Amino acid sequence: MNILDFLVPGSVALNYAAHDSKDVITHLGKCLYEAGYVRETFVEAALDRESRLPTGLPLSGDINAAIPHTEVEHVLKPGLAMATLSAPVTFQNMVSPEEAVPCQLVFVMALDQPKAQIEMLQEIAGVLQNPPVIQSLMAARDFEEVRAAFAKDQSSS
Amino acid sequence: MPMRKTILVACGTAVATSTVVAKSLEEILRDRGFEVVTRQCKASEVASMTSGVDLIVTTTPLPGNLGVPVIQTLAFLTGIGKEAVIEQIIQALKF
Repeated sequence: MNILDFLVPGSVALNYAAHDSKDVITHLGKCLYEAGYVRETFVEAALDRESRLPTGLPLSGDINAAIPHTEVEHVLKPGLAMATLSAPVTFQNMVSPEEAVPCQLVFVMALDQPKAQIEMLQEIAGVLQNPPVIQSLMAARDFEEVRAAFAKDQSSS
Repeated sequence: MPMRKTILVACGTAVATSTVVAKSLEEILRDRGFEVVTRQCKASEVASMTSGVDLIVTTTPLPGNLGVPVIQTLAFLTGIGKEAVIEQIIQALKF
């Protein structure tokens, strides 16, 4: 099982014009809810968690990412939502929450059994460490190009 | 018999981040010949989980004075400074 098995096609927003981090978390969380992957409580739980335990990650390339998620009880089945943003929005740094991180790539993860979803989690970490794949994701105009970008990551790893 | 050390891996919800970090740590240290066991917990649970633990690796801030060395790092997620952190972890575990 890899990223492409978990990525929910209706939960991929490309070049999304987000007002702020709450906007993008709410949008992707609602997509996952409408697709039947999470409970109605997911969005609020993810927003609450993000405010207490932020998920912004400064990366080595020009683009930074955030990986909002929340406790398993808000999840019905595992899935992944993704947004590339037309302009960065501010998340706080996971390890140093006082530090603002302008993020342009957001993965909202719905996980119910993390140990079973370890390969997908490792792949996301692999993508975060791979600036060329991030560039391809940022340039993707449709779901097929997103698929191609992730497939490139698999062939290179 | 190589010494086996225990690492407590903490993150916000003990769901995603600590799972990735724990798995990476196990693989990297095993590849270098060090035997480690990892446990995962939420940052808010750390204080009650330190018994028998040699080192805490965390991706989110923790309270001070836990009585166990603590390394805060995002390197296993972002790759930035990973090699230096691995060295730091091996030093801290005193293999």
